[in-house]
Amino acid sequence: MSDVLLSVEGLTRRFDVSKPWLNRVIEREERQFLTANADVSFEIRKGETFALVGESGSGKSTIAKMIVGLLEPSAGTIRFDGQVMDFASGAAMRALRRRFQMIFQDPFASLNPRWRVGDIIAEPIHTFGLLTGAAVRQEVGRLLELVGLSASDAAKFPHEFSGGQRQRIAIARALSSRPEFIVCDEPTSALDVSVQAQILNLMRDLQDEFGLTYLLISHDLSVVRHMSNRIGVLYLGRLVEIADAKRLFVEPQHPYTRMLLDAVPDLALSGRRRTPVTGEIPNPINPPPGCAFHPRCPHVMDICRQIVPAQTTTASGQAACHLLTQDDHRRTREPVA
Amino acid sequence: MSTPILSVRDLVVEFPTRRGTLRALDKVSFDIAEGEVLGMVGESGAGKSLTGAAIIGLLEPPGRVAGGEILLRGERIDNLPPEKMRRIRGRRIGMVFQDPLTSLNPLYTVAEQLIETIRTHIDLSEKDARKRAVALLDRVGIPAAARRIDDYPHHFSGGMRQRVVIALALAAEPELVIADEPTTALDVSVQAQIIDVLKEICAERGASVMLITHDMGVIAETADRVAVLYAGRLAEIGPVRDVIQRAEHPYTVGLMGSIPTLTQTADRLTQIPGSMPRLNAIPQGCAFNPRCTRVFDRCKVDRPELIARAGGRQMACWLYDAAVQGEAENV
Repeated sequence: MSDVLLSVEGLTRRFDVSKPWLNRVIEREERQFLTANADVSFEIRKGETFALVGESGSGKSTIAKMIVGLLEPSAGTIRFDGQVMDFASGAAMRALRRRFQMIFQDPFASLNPRWRVGDIIAEPIHTFGLLTGAAVRQEVGRLLELVGLSASDAAKFPHEFSGGQRQRIAIARALSSRPEFIVCDEPTSALDVSVQAQILNLMRDLQDEFGLTYLLISHDLSVVRHMSNRIGVLYLGRLVEIADAKRLFVEPQHPYTRMLLDAVPDLALSGRRRTPVTGEIPNPINPPPGCAFHPRCPHVMDICRQIVPAQTTTASGQAACHLLTQDDHRRTREPVA
Repeated sequence: MSTPILSVRDLVVEFPTRRGTLRALDKVSFDIAEGEVLGMVGESGAGKSLTGAAIIGLLEPPGRVAGGEILLRGERIDNLPPEKMRRIRGRRIGMVFQDPLTSLNPLYTVAEQLIETIRTHIDLSEKDARKRAVALLDRVGIPAAARRIDDYPHHFSGGMRQRVVIALALAAEPELVIADEPTTALDVSVQAQIIDVLKEICAERGASVMLITHDMGVIAETADRVAVLYAGRLAEIGPVRDVIQRAEHPYTVGLMGSIPTLTQTADRLTQIPGSMPRLNAIPQGCAFNPRCTRVFDRCKVDRPELIARAGGRQMACWLYDAAVQGEAENV
């Protein structure tokens, strides 16, 4: 196995969503916290694509922001290439930051409309002092051609491009600091399918060419399956399952993963039998006790309502579900499933 | 065959601008039969939503219907005075929009909105209308409907709100429901539930559905027939199974190949080079010709009309023109 590039351990992030102090005093309310991520641990190996999937509010983007250093974790550590990310030290963070970049969801919002494309792409080069003078312009031209645009596009403004082309510009900007690791937060969800295919293919080609490592965040299971080697499934801020991409879709271990898979509309019209999906993701300010999925789980047991399940090793990876640790329950469940 | 619920003939929608008139829909023709679900797919800007808006008479000015006709059960509705159209809207054609938060009035309770809609179209007392509203909410799967009906829209989650919108659209028992991207703003697990509700309840009441979406998966699960729009023109229309599994129009073939699926094994997705033309730069001949892999001379000169094919399919592509097919066979 190749080496670990990024490892995350016990990552937790809470947001203070309390009312202002005076209201709290008058209404005798406690402080309120929203736990966006609780105890998330995973590893990403060099050259692989690791994907995080989950519904809205499951904490996908919060993890991405912590990994690129835009948000400080409340607890837990992030190790990049063996080095612990130290949010207190500006210099250390700066040195690390060159090595990872991010591509955002909305290419209409992530590019400054008043800057020319060439300046947008050159900014990381200037910031990290990688090149100077005419070499910068040459590099920008090279990057633009790399992502399928032309070098002369550097003089244009973002509004002159379509959504797919803008996402290409965002990718060129991400590549300009020669990173090893790119966090892609829903890179194609604002795009049409035919354009999405172009961008996904481009991301693949670049990965092969530069040996990039991706953290792909998406709510679209088909995109995730197409792109990634391993997948982590998030539910209400916790990882419920991590598995090898191909096997996750064949033998999902966690009931939530199974439900998600069943919810994906079926293009093959195979008429496969599916368990109807029930309920919605609960409010993360007051998550259910025990396993957060228990109110929607078809196999719920008493223990699920009380104890948060720990990660157990499965054939295809890891999953956090009491069913996996309780053999007798598993046997009774089998005929149903 | 009985008269279709909705029949659209050569519909043209234009937007006059200072720099010339933009043709956003160009001779779009299709029928929706009784109880049928017609899917309308296409990429952004293809004219899906515009078709819906033109049918219910809610085109934003300066957009206007510049040609063709729209028939609801054989009667023309595209030239009705606004007052008459207002009565058809809601009563005979229901609508479900993409974002449930903006299609509900945040200042009124769900009960007020439902009862108002019911009483506008149906002669019922306040009490009976309320009863009917509760029954509707219950039917679309809102738990404890009798209690929740007095809540405001912001008390509901996204999925629940979309259920309320569906209840509103069906309140006056319309013959046709136009659902414009009803699940795009929702998570997959909620999307599946909403699609089921929409499908079931329309089937139960015999309402036909025009389902506008960019998501082929949703179409595959829901629609009977599907129409593929490209640059304001129909590329292909036919039974959903045929179009999805045996796509014939080169655009549909490319579109289907570009969608990653849960079962595919290919390493790369098919990609259609380039992007859809802007309305002011639609090429001569077939609108898809600059991106088409099977383009030939005629495509660049003449615009293909919809050609009827076996199995109720229609295709706007010169490849399937009888003459061309004959030549191909001779070779």
